[in-house]
Amino acid sequence: MSKSYYDPADLRKFGEITEWSEELGKKFFDYYGKVFEEGALSAREKSLIALAVSHVVKCPYCIDAYTKDGLQRGITKEEMMEAVHAGAAIESGATLVHGVQMMNKYKKLSM
Amino acid sequence: MSLKSLKAREDDLSSPQRQLELLSEGIFEEGELPTFKDKIAESGHFPLKPKKLEILQLNLGYMCNQVCSHCHVDAGPDRKEVMTKETMQQCLEVIKNTGAHTLDLTGGAPEMNPNFRWFVEEASKAGIKDFIARSNLTIILANKKYHDLPDFFKKHNVHVVSSLPFYKREKTDKQRGNGVFDKSIKALQLLNEVGYAQPGSDLKLDLVYNPSGAFLPTNQAAMENDFKKALKEDFNIDFNSLFAITNLPISRFLEYLIASENYEDYMYSLVDAYNPAAVENVMCTNTISISWDGWLYDCDFNQMLDLKVNSKVKHISEYNEDLLNDRNIIISQHCYGCTAGAGSSCQGSTI
Ligand code: SF4
Ligand code: SF4
Repeated sequence: MSKSYYDPADLRKFGEITEWSEELGKKFFDYYGKVFEEGALSAREKSLIALAVSHVVKCPYCIDAYTKDGLQRGITKEEMMEAVHAGAAIESGATLVHGVQMMNKYKKLSM
Repeated sequence: MSLKSLKAREDDLSSPQRQLELLSEGIFEEGELPTFKDKIAESGHFPLKPKKLEILQLNLGYMCNQVCSHCHVDAGPDRKEVMTKETMQQCLEVIKNTGAHTLDLTGGAPEMNPNFRWFVEEASKAGIKDFIARSNLTIILANKKYHDLPDFFKKHNVHVVSSLPFYKREKTDKQRGNGVFDKSIKALQLLNEVGYAQPGSDLKLDLVYNPSGAFLPTNQAAMENDFKKALKEDFNIDFNSLFAITNLPISRFLEYLIASENYEDYMYSLVDAYNPAAVENVMCTNTISISWDGWLYDCDFNQMLDLKVNSKVKHISEYNEDLLNDRNIIISQHCYGCTAGAGSSCQGSTI
């Protein structure tokens, strides 16, 4: 058993989740594959969105996977970093907008 | 980036034997990943056999003005192996009688062979349909004696295939050395000026893209669009096609993979991306590669691994196309580089 929660080699085994629930695993991977195909959005745009979300959900596997995917697609490191900032901005915005709730509650409770 | 070849550094990896051992040990020996032989056997492709010969690829020597970190030839200024005029003459005899429609000159920097121009002049008389020279571009600016190469190529209607790892300076220079990008851009502009890749002109200029790191190329058509747009907008450069080529795990690229601890992951990526449809079109099925000293190989990669053709005929001096076409192609795990994704060859994707 590995002594750490995350082992980079585990990413290669992702497909094995299907072994313990074939129907759901298969449905997930079909869906996943379909989502990242060329569509109204290009595969390149989707790769950058995936990279941004990977950071927001803080998944080290996804970050590895979509950094490599970006390199393969010729996405530059500047584009990748801007995508990460876009994710981070939404995440910090989501925190900060709750400041309004804090202000509302503060005002309500104060005389 | 090292400024010397593996050979000049007397590195272990300069030995083809050592490279072949590495490619068979570890993950392949322990059965974590299937060997290439087992993999192609699954779809009935073992033994791998040639189809019709279409391309003769001549390696005019391992000497080069650059020392790129990904070079599968281990080329560089310190490599002295260059084809002699005598061997060239033997090649010319073969070229006159071959059924192949394409002649492909490579290296090193083929232009550095002292008999390069004589050979091109002679070979262009043989009536080969597509006459390719693989130029690294910077050679054109490396020395005054090479400045007129664009005109020379034009005069002999040579199809120029040039490597430019990326349309941005940083990645190009990292892989190929400082200043390479600016010189390559200048060289491309010179080729455009004499008529290469211009509307209405027959002079063809193709670019080769290969990833600058431990990852695979994706979609060649999308890459071609990106390259065309960027090179046109930023430098007013035109070219015909882009060939996306996968780096094979041999020689200096293998050195890089091991040193950066990417070797296993890279082999996993190649095996994961294995595409049975690409096996049909691997370039050894339509190519013979000839080394600077006249030996015959299934491809330029096998040449670097010193895997001579498995045929009674092994040297240009005894060349016989019918006998050669009956051979079994020699394979090892490096071959996974040719069958990943959309496939990879000196002409780019294969499917
Ligand atoms: S990759 Fe090409 S240009 Fe670079 S060192 Fe090798 S032969 Fe020379
Ligand atoms: S490396 Fe050479 S022998 Fe192996 S598949 Fe590719 S072209 Fe064929």
